[in-house]
Amino acid sequence: MNDTVKAVNAARFIDALAHARALGMSLEQIGDGRAEISMPYDPRLIGDPATGVIHGGAVSALMDTCGGAAVMSHPDGTQATATIDLRIDYMRAATPGQAIRARAHCYHVTRNVAFVRAEALDDDTENPVAAATGAFTFERREGTQR
Amino acid sequence: MSRPTPDPVAVVKRRRDAALAALVGGVPYIAFMGISFERRGDELTAIMAFDDKLIGNPVLPALHGGATAAFLEVTAIIELGWSLIWSRMETGAPERRTQGDERLLRLPKTIDFTVDYLRAGLPRDAYARARINRSGRRYASVHVEAWQDNRARPFAQGTGHFIMPDLAASDPDTEPSHE
Repeated sequence: MNDTVKAVNAARFIDALAHARALGMSLEQIGDGRAEISMPYDPRLIGDPATGVIHGGAVSALMDTCGGAAVMSHPDGTQATATIDLRIDYMRAATPGQAIRARAHCYHVTRNVAFVRAEALDDDTENPVAAATGAFTFERREGTQR
Repeated sequence: MSRPTPDPVAVVKRRRDAALAALVGGVPYIAFMGISFERRGDELTAIMAFDDKLIGNPVLPALHGGATAAFLEVTAIIELGWSLIWSRMETGAPERRTQGDERLLRLPKTIDFTVDYLRAGLPRDAYARARINRSGRRYASVHVEAWQDNRARPFAQGTGHFIMPDLAASDPDTEPSHE
């Protein structure tokens, strides 16, 4: 796939996902099994009214979207995927008022499964907000088997 | 000693429903997701009303995995928060059964959450129930199952661990443990 096609697909990616759009996500980078997606702070997404911290569920949605994007951008795949399982560790509360950025890496693929690691960051990039590992469905394109 | 007269059923129901509404109504994200709770005694069922903004796969169409994960996590957290309120509300002294106590509305914090996606979420309402497998002073483990048309065919399940809100620190009723 050439770079122009990739860029167009990337732009369409979030547009096609109604839930990602509803959460205000934007795709920052994508390609070769890696993706980066940001989600702005939004008072509608608050999970703890006492502190204004965003709900873990919204962070899960961001991680899931970013993981799926990383899988779809893997050069050996067919650009179609679904989550099999996703585990998220919440290391600390995201700072209220700051955007959350997820980075995902599809670090291994088999004929039918893609394995992904992801982390979520706010402005304090030294201390991740959350980390995730997941397995996604994967379909290897013909002619890419090793 | 005469036994105190039980409260009339309408009073009991009103008290329980008000407590649940206060717990759920305080969280903006639950409203954003269109999630509500039905109560039968202490049993809660979460309902996520279908909405186009929950779609993740426009071709099928299917619910976004993130929306499903959020639904399970919300259900688990409310179940835990509700269990704390319930024990206080039903076993506490009558003057403690009021709803003005802010501390009771504090929710547990998620340590980790794992979601299994069993089948695609259909563009319909979804339901979920949580089961608290362990709940201690500090940590809790909760399992959640979500289904749509058919209760016997769940489309997702999740397990999470949580830190309980620090009720004890500000609660004169709870004796500190000296283990």
